[in-house]
Amino acid sequence: MSTQLTTPTDRNSAETLARGKGEPDWLVSLRGEAAELAGTIEWPKPEKVRIERWNLTAVGSYETPAAVASLAELPANVQELVAEGTENLLVQRNSGVVWKQLSAELASKGVIFTDLETACREHGDLVKPYLFQAVNKDEDKLTALNAAIWNGGVFVYVPKNVEVELPLQAVLFNDNAGATFAPHILVVAEANSRVTYVDCVVTDKSKANGEFVHPAIVEVFVKPGALVRYGSVHSLGEGGVDMTIRRAVVENDGRVEWIIGDLNDGHTLSDTKSVMKGQGSTSDVKVISVGNNAQQMSLTTRAVHFGKSSDSNMITRAVMRDSASAIINGITKIEHGATKANGVQTERVLMLSPKARGDANPILLIDEDDVTAGHAASVGQVNPEQVYYLMSRGISRQDAERLIIYGFLAPVVSEISVEAVRNQLQRLLERKLEG
Amino acid sequence: MATHFVIDGLKAEIEGKEILKGINLEIKGGEIHAIMGPNGTGKSTLASALMGHPKYEVTAGSASLDGEDLMEMETDERARAGLFLAMQYPSEIPGVTNSDFLRSAINARREEGNEISLIKFIRQMEGKMKELEMNPEFAHRYLNEGFSGGEKKRNEILQMMLLDPKIVVLDEIDSGLDIDALRIVANGVNAMRSEDRGFLIITHYQRLLNYITPDFVHVMMQGRIVKSGGPELAQRLENEGYDWVKEELGIQDETVGQA
Ligand SMILES: Nc1ncnc2c1ncn2[C@@H]1O[C@H](COP(=O)(O)OP(=O)(O)OP(=O)(O)O)[C@@H](O)[C@H]1O
Ligand SMILES: [Mg+2]
Repeated sequence: MSTQLTTPTDRNSAETLARGKGEPDWLVSLRGEAAELAGTIEWPKPEKVRIERWNLTAVGSYETPAAVASLAELPANVQELVAEGTENLLVQRNSGVVWKQLSAELASKGVIFTDLETACREHGDLVKPYLFQAVNKDEDKLTALNAAIWNGGVFVYVPKNVEVELPLQAVLFNDNAGATFAPHILVVAEANSRVTYVDCVVTDKSKANGEFVHPAIVEVFVKPGALVRYGSVHSLGEGGVDMTIRRAVVENDGRVEWIIGDLNDGHTLSDTKSVMKGQGSTSDVKVISVGNNAQQMSLTTRAVHFGKSSDSNMITRAVMRDSASAIINGITKIEHGATKANGVQTERVLMLSPKARGDANPILLIDEDDVTAGHAASVGQVNPEQVYYLMSRGISRQDAERLIIYGFLAPVVSEISVEAVRNQLQRLLERKLEG
Repeated sequence: MATHFVIDGLKAEIEGKEILKGINLEIKGGEIHAIMGPNGTGKSTLASALMGHPKYEVTAGSASLDGEDLMEMETDERARAGLFLAMQYPSEIPGVTNSDFLRSAINARREEGNEISLIKFIRQMEGKMKELEMNPEFAHRYLNEGFSGGEKKRNEILQMMLLDPKIVVLDEIDSGLDIDALRIVANGVNAMRSEDRGFLIITHYQRLLNYITPDFVHVMMQGRIVKSGGPELAQRLENEGYDWVKEELGIQDETVGQA
């Protein structure tokens, strides 16, 4: 029952599936409403990228997850991504979670780290006030679609004053292009807590070679004085369309740090936004991306300042090869009343081929006088003198370009404080560049 | 096989302008050749054409190293065949550390699976840096980025020492060097002198040749080698300048490619 219609779902099938999975009534009706909405509203319209030309309807059908008894049952290229000795790990395969573990120590402190489906059943009181509150299900067809069909997913809950030292890790992968793969990730960090969450979203490219869509939503709630570090590296296969919306709502003196690696082989819509609601709230976003072949990407970072003395920094660096193209948007919005706010952003694109395309669109929207803001953007071709210099030392053209790419991304990668993210980024970057 | 480098009737142009008008030169292992000549006479062009700079088009002639035609090769293949060029203006490559770069260059000469071990590499690099009196921190700096003129030149010599080439072309390696650095760099070059290695040293000044005694000195004008001799030729140029050469050869304007 592979669904390949213009409207990839409907109320009846969404509700039936949800009931079949034993989901609570409130969730069943949320999915039903969303499915109906998905049939009526439009896809998001990012600047200069016609995503409606992508194959957006290959949503596939739900595949009942089969838990694995040990990590050794996972594909080798997935196992490689698991941080050594981690006690806090969750693995989603296609439509559901097949592995999860949380250290007894964290569990005893009240930390919850489980799949979102389980969380909706077992911790409805903690999930319901947040689910689809940072991102509304009726924003566009993408958000409605995720609301209707999301599966597996991750729920992270960190109680007040609890500091989680080690990163919580998730690996979300698909190895069946025909299966629905639509995670929803929800992180709630209560007041003065700290947590680092790191995930990889990948395709087992030897198995899933058909077309698929990955409509994903991430919602992060940072309560007063809390710190959330969110690292995410995407490396989905060529047949995939990755559409991921990430949003954080940050309260007084809270801080969110996003580290995003958009290293898919297929078309990518990536939109990461921090809403600084509270006074003194801060956000730091780093995005790196590499495009190959005829890939099209729309990479957007957004900072919205409501809180006084709030601060945001956004950096995107992208490398486009072959005939890949990237439209990179940075939008800093400072609302009236957000006095002493500061927002800065930088977008840089390096193109390695005359056919590659890159566009950087920095936008500052400022409705308050007493603020500081800045932006920088650059788009340029690789310098042939640099390639020549490296080649004159015996380094092949391919390796020379690779060195230059690593060099271009290095200032961002080297600044990543979470080692697990840095390592994964490095590994998946190598996978992408070595081809 | 003893190193044997032959440039035969080499002509090259840039943006449609002919700069090299037929260069002939033969260098055997163990020999040091110096090329001198006024500004804008084609010395760096010769170096760039030999290395395969993308802006220069070789239109005639050949350059072969041990019987292999370099002009048929890509730049990286020429380097791996044994050609090394210390550039007049080395590129800066942000984000790529000097040591990552050097290791890539060494490994490019080795079979896959037979890469140099990190420990061995570091030992080699640090040893050579010490000889060149370079601060070890230069290993971790981004390649040539923000290096002073003299530091870049020293870094070129470091690369030469680590890559062990057969033919070394030094393009104004002495420019921008202070007196101590000149001695250090010259010692580095002298330490590399061997029967299997030939040098082509492009310079404006006798002072470098005081340290590195050339076997042959050539004068370049108008994109050609117009005069050759022994070390005494460099001495005379230092003392008297180029006017006498021009007079002897009836040359008015020694430059090349000027509209
Ligand atoms: N990219 C270029 N475009 C146009 N002309 C060029 C270019 N590169 C070199 N030329 C010209 O070619 C001629 C030879 O230059 P070259 O750099 O070989 O001189 P040189 O002998 O090395 O001089 P110097 O002693 O000043 O280093 C000069 O007239 C120069 O202006
Ligand atoms: Mg020159």
